Amino acid sequence: MKILVPVKRVVDYNVKVRVKADQSGMDLANVKMSMNPFDEIAVEEAVRLKEKSVVTEVIAVSCGVTQCQETLRTAMAIGADRAILVETAEELQPLAVAKLLKALMDKEQPGLVILGKQAIDDDCNQTGQMLAALADLPQGTFASKVEVVDGKVNVSREVDGGLEVLSLSLPAIVTTDLRLNEPRYVTLPNIMKAKKKQMDIVKPEDLGVDVSPRLKTLKVSEPPKRGAGIKVADVAALVDKLKNEAKVI
Amino acid sequence: MTALVIAEHDNASIKGATLNTVTAAAACGGDVHVLVAGHNAGAAATQAAQIAGVSKVIHADGEGFAHGLAENIAAQVLAIASNYSHILFPATAGGKNVAPRVAAKLDVAQISDITKVVSADTFERPIYAGNAIATVQSADATKVITVRTTGFDAAGQGGSAAVETVAAASGNGKSVYLGSEIAKNDRPELTAAKIIVSGGRALGSSEKFSEVMTPLADKLGAAIGASRAAVDAGYAPNDLQVGQTGKIVAPQLYIAAGISGAIQHLAGMKDSKVIVAINKDPEAPIFSVADYGLEADLFTAVPELVSKL
Repeated sequence: MKILVPVKRVVDYNVKVRVKADQSGMDLANVKMSMNPFDEIAVEEAVRLKEKSVVTEVIAVSCGVTQCQETLRTAMAIGADRAILVETAEELQPLAVAKLLKALMDKEQPGLVILGKQAIDDDCNQTGQMLAALADLPQGTFASKVEVVDGKVNVSREVDGGLEVLSLSLPAIVTTDLRLNEPRYVTLPNIMKAKKKQMDIVKPEDLGVDVSPRLKTLKVSEPPKRGAGIKVADVAALVDKLKNEAKVI
Repeated sequence: MTALVIAEHDNASIKGATLNTVTAAAACGGDVHVLVAGHNAGAAATQAAQIAGVSKVIHADGEGFAHGLAENIAAQVLAIASNYSHILFPATAGGKNVAPRVAAKLDVAQISDITKVVSADTFERPIYAGNAIATVQSADATKVITVRTTGFDAAGQGGSAAVETVAAASGNGKSVYLGSEIAKNDRPELTAAKIIVSGGRALGSSEKFSEVMTPLADKLGAAIGASRAAVDAGYAPNDLQVGQTGKIVAPQLYIAAGISGAIQHLAGMKDSKVIVAINKDPEAPIFSVADYGLEADLFTAVPELVSKL
């Protein structure tokens, strides 16, 4: 079976981003961009399933601006076989992405879709679940273990309080949690090979999807700053401060 | 205009996150109804009826709801969704799992992790690991929302809502619950605790983690948290992770021992009232958000702290 892996180009997780002075958004000019960390885990898992001969083809997909091609090349350097870019300059919200992915699923008929659980820029945690709903497929979110057995996929999920295991009939949608795997580093030869792999570029109109945003961002502001703290000399001083100044114990 | 809150419960009792969500729902204006979808969840429904500000409890009982499978719960919410202008879930693992499914079926955007209700259609939510607050406006007929519980006070007791029983909807039957491993825990729940003591990679091993952190937690009646580094290294179970992708907490007192304070960790705890950092690295970023910083080796400082409390 084929496996579809959506990946998102986001601000690198190490970058401390700032709000623009006019509160219209984040200042992303000349900021390092990378693949969303959860999506790297998704690509890694897909490639491992291919290495176990559970899947035959890994297709990476990204939706967004032209530069998302770099993200897709990274996915192919990890081991994806080919890539599809849905190119648009429009701001894409999770519902729009889910609809685009649904349209691609109809075309490609993958047996499994693995997404990251959330993107570290909008922190939404929605796209996988929305895709599952639109395609009327079962979902295994926040996965820390994925096993394909007899036409089903067993997913261990990280839930509040521990783990739970679900069995989903295929096709299914899975979203990755941090502990699913440790993504491999891409090697130079694989980066070179990835340049030769096939990348198709389509537009949302080709897929018949209206991607106009549903939520309007009125403003983006700085979170309230914490007042500067103090350093205490020793444990006794700390206990005294907590008891008498902060009065929290 | 009526808001529907999807209760988080374990069939026997309502979980705390539901109470914060009721407060957020009330802020949207209009009546607040609560849906208790569960298996033999009569006790939880009765408890939901006693939450102040709730005017009706809808109780749907079916075997399919026993483990909160997203497909089944979403089908139940959709069965009654047309009566509501707002549908709110707590932003817990359960709520995050179901809410987007409901929103997509209704063909509306979902608004994640709101921290403030500005008006019935405008909400504040943190983005970029809490480094910015976005104010968003929804033009959709139904607002499907998850609520960051630390952003809202818990609703009180003293309500007397009527409990209405409805027929259980069924999902698509494509997912089956096989089992779970829920960690036994006698401590306060992490997201609801007044005091949290949290350990990082500096603890070095899971034995040291429990040896050093447990006495402090016991002494303070605190919940134990951990940084991602400590969880990844296997020092603590992953449901203790505090941060952007773990739990978001805002206790009265947060004690971070041996945690450097990466952006992703700060995202989960920087709304705590008082933050104490114990770290031997004077340059650790955690000191920039700590109200009280103690530059010391945690292996001597934490036991000393326990003895002085």
